[in-house]
Amino acid sequence: MRLVSDTMPGETGAPPGAGDPVGSDAGAVDAGARLAACLRSCARGDSDSFAALYDACSARAYGLAVRVVRDRAQAEEVTQEAFLEVWRTAARFDPERGSALSWVMTIVHRKAVDRVRSAEAASRRDVTYHQRNQQVEHDTTAEAAHASLEAHRVRGALEALTPVQRQAVELAYLGGYTHTEVAGLLDLPLGTAKTRIRDGLIRLRDALGVTR
Amino acid sequence: MSDVHALSGAYAIDALDELERARFEQHLAECGTCRTEVDSLREAGALLAELEPLTPPAGLRDRVLAEAATVRPLPPVERPADAGMPVGPGSASPVEQDAVLPTPLHGRTARTRSGRRWPTFVAAAAAVAVLGALGGVAVTQPWSQDSTTVTAGESRVAAVLGADDAETYTQQLDGGASVSVVRSVALGEAVVVTQGMPAAPDGSVYELWLNQDSGMVAAGFMPDGSDNEVLLSGDAATASGVGISVEPQGGSPEPTLDGAVVIPFEAA
Repeated sequence: MRLVSDTMPGETGAPPGAGDPVGSDAGAVDAGARLAACLRSCARGDSDSFAALYDACSARAYGLAVRVVRDRAQAEEVTQEAFLEVWRTAARFDPERGSALSWVMTIVHRKAVDRVRSAEAASRRDVTYHQRNQQVEHDTTAEAAHASLEAHRVRGALEALTPVQRQAVELAYLGGYTHTEVAGLLDLPLGTAKTRIRDGLIRLRDALGVTR
Repeated sequence: MSDVHALSGAYAIDALDELERARFEQHLAECGTCRTEVDSLREAGALLAELEPLTPPAGLRDRVLAEAATVRPLPPVERPADAGMPVGPGSASPVEQDAVLPTPLHGRTARTRSGRRWPTFVAAAAAVAVLGALGGVAVTQPWSQDSTTVTAGESRVAAVLGADDAETYTQQLDGGASVSVVRSVALGEAVVVTQGMPAAPDGSVYELWLNQDSGMVAAGFMPDGSDNEVLLSGDAATASGVGISVEPQGGSPEPTLDGAVVIPFEAA
């Protein structure tokens, strides 16, 4: 028995075993290894592996892009750009340095952040943090119905942070703000937001058992 | 400021501005502790993507797969082949000789264009590049000190970026890219830092220029890739600005007018 949330493929609701090269009772570790194998195959131009990778990661990728850029059409473009880059640069993935999933999400995140910073200006930045924060909570609630076990675990770890750490990490990662902007949004003394972000991530890392 | 290590978290989740990022990558190249920490914090940060998965629109999968079919994956090299130091000033095939510039690239026009806006053509060219090349345009390499050019020039780049008298001039490109020039008059050198730069149109390159009294002097090329730091060749202390133009592969003896942009040093 596997939990969808513990394995990489399956986000799209594909039946267990469909396109699953390893087996349906693989655990999270195997799923990670499978994704890494997909990336290696992508580097050799294997489009089936790329499709499998897309199926395994696209919901996380698109969800993250939507979260950061907000606009769904733009998030779609960001997701597309990111996957193309994953395909193009798959050979540069280094399993010694982290998981395949985080490698992919790092590319997605960077693309999303680039998008909002370039479009920066008016509309998005004019929204006050208060309004945004309500929006954030609303989103969270709406999506809670879909929460996987893993999401549950992550959310729990987030809640264990101090409120300032949590807000700083969320604004930076999910909001796409720089640490300087985060300091402004949270009325923190200049230069302290980066420390909150780092402390928060370290706590998250330790709580979630990230080994690397 | 005092402790550069403290930036590891913000760096890991893309919360540094472009200049801080460039500087931190210089630090990363020398600090194994920070590299390890960044890797682990990236891993932790990426878990936040678990929070709100959202199934993308159905058509996206087909588009992504179809596009990938037209793109060749890059080979596994020790270092990205496209992140090398720029070669010297353009020497090959002089082209577009008839495009003698009336001078948007130097003197008066450049000065009056200090208003932070890219001439429309560059924006248009960039937009075309983005549309045309789609995902192929930008390379973000999370786990390599990608944009940092690992060559003999690297420490000079670091020296300029960290110089006490470093001055920074930034322009935003309509397509979302930003270009900064960091100059140290004391060192007589300047570094161009790009972020999110679209690829130059097929068969062409971005050539860099220093605007000297004698006119635009070739100062190198921008490597492929969206994010780069390039040390300019030539004396930046005497220059009044930096030009970037779209040139055929190999460069041109003089900047091509169309698509050129100038970032003036706003000397007091």
